Amino acid sequence: MDNKEVVISIKDLKKSFGSLSVLKGIDLDVYKGENVAVLGRSGTGKSVLIKIISGLLKPDSGTVKVLGEEVDKISIAELQKLRLKIGFSFQSSALYDSMTVRQNLEFPLVRNRRNLSKQEVGKAIEEVLNDVGLSQTINQMPSELSGGQRKRIGIARTLILKPEVMLYDEPTSGLDPITSIDINNLIVQVQKEYNTTSIIITHDLTCAKHTADKVAMLLDGRFLAQGTFKEVFSTDNESVKTFYDYNFINDK
Amino acid sequence: MKTEPEQSPPPRIKYFISEKIDGLFLSLYDVHKFMVRFFKEAFMPPYEFKEIINQCYQVGYRSLPLVSLTGFIVGIVFTKQSRPSLSTFGASSWLPSLISIAIIRALAPLVTALIAAGKVGSNMGAELGSMKVTEQIDAMEVSATNPFKFLVTTRILAITCMLPILVLYMGFVGMMGSYLNIHLTEQTSFAAFVRSAFSTISFLDIFSSVLKSAVYGFTIGVAGCYQGYHAQNGTQGVGRAANSAVVVSMFMIFIEEMLIVQVINAIR
Repeated sequence: MDNKEVVISIKDLKKSFGSLSVLKGIDLDVYKGENVAVLGRSGTGKSVLIKIISGLLKPDSGTVKVLGEEVDKISIAELQKLRLKIGFSFQSSALYDSMTVRQNLEFPLVRNRRNLSKQEVGKAIEEVLNDVGLSQTINQMPSELSGGQRKRIGIARTLILKPEVMLYDEPTSGLDPITSIDINNLIVQVQKEYNTTSIIITHDLTCAKHTADKVAMLLDGRFLAQGTFKEVFSTDNESVKTFYDYNFINDK
Repeated sequence: MKTEPEQSPPPRIKYFISEKIDGLFLSLYDVHKFMVRFFKEAFMPPYEFKEIINQCYQVGYRSLPLVSLTGFIVGIVFTKQSRPSLSTFGASSWLPSLISIAIIRALAPLVTALIAAGKVGSNMGAELGSMKVTEQIDAMEVSATNPFKFLVTTRILAITCMLPILVLYMGFVGMMGSYLNIHLTEQTSFAAFVRSAFSTISFLDIFSSVLKSAVYGFTIGVAGCYQGYHAQNGTQGVGRAANSAVVVSMFMIFIEEMLIVQVINAIR
């Protein structure tokens, strides 16, 4: 990376749930404009990590800085301001199921940009729907959309606030391989067009390989390896190799 | 042969009294925190006027058919059931007074609150519970919207404001049901019915009825929203939240009714 401005900085982050220690002291720096994939098996605390970054969960110890703000130390009002710059794409898409696609996209916009006119809101919705290639779904209910469409609308809902940071939680889980490729392309497109810095939580190596500039392998609450995809998976570490083999058995 | 190393037993958790009693007190503390947060959020800007009006419409207007039907039937049935006893003493003319006292002081607030607990409380529990387990509440939070203020505060305020109106409305409809029955049986005029009915009703009766229905509304709102907002474990959790919202609301309404009646009687 030419520009070495750190956007997300995590130092010695620890998090437990009762007696279960999920994150056991992790460090990660994400630079401006960079896509970082956090890989790991289910239940290793990947989603917990981005929930802490977005302020949904509090860490037990360690520091998490996003755009220079210490997420768990700032006031609620400051956190709300910071959240306007962070987009979060949920694994389940988390679309408001009692609202149409238009209302889903309108909701964060009208609540956070109260000075916008109706025409400006309409234009922003059209733009973001065009970006994710789903203009035709504007009046549909979430229940009428396919899994891939839901993911795209979920991403569109975060993009409408023009975030500087994107957090993707399992963006390709539950999707067929072709739809997964579409989502991977969309993540790369978002990085380029919106100039976002992203963390992509996934256990899908195709997704990581396609979208990430850097990958970090999470195992047993710690980052086992960090670097480019090639660097991480050319290691001799048995756990990393096993993870790779299960995903890319024919691609080595 | 390799043997498994002996595992030490998991550490025993120490409770102050017992697991269940400790849990009960912790839940009560949680509810207390939830209510304190409600009062903080309710009086702090920005105010969610649009959503409060939307919730008032959902809670109030949408409950009107059920409240109307129930109120009318309660009025007719109570009049029919009371007539034989009064007739025995030649006191049928007291029917309007008896009915008005029963409906205004007790039946309208209690029956409306129970209907609201079943209809509105379960709806709040299920709706918020479903939003919770599908991460919609988290999605709201990360998009810089305060979900507590938008979802919880508005619903509690709406039911607290609308229940007294529904109670007054049910009182009116119940009295109309009663009038219809009395008019058809005894040919009493509307003016005579109203005069007799209101001769025994004081301002305190109407005021206490409105006040306690606001308390019931608040209780239903807190129970419904608390259960929904803390729902866990998928669809089963949503069902449990809706169910608990109704059970807890009804239980609390009866306890509150008993306490408020004691206080009102002491004042009277």
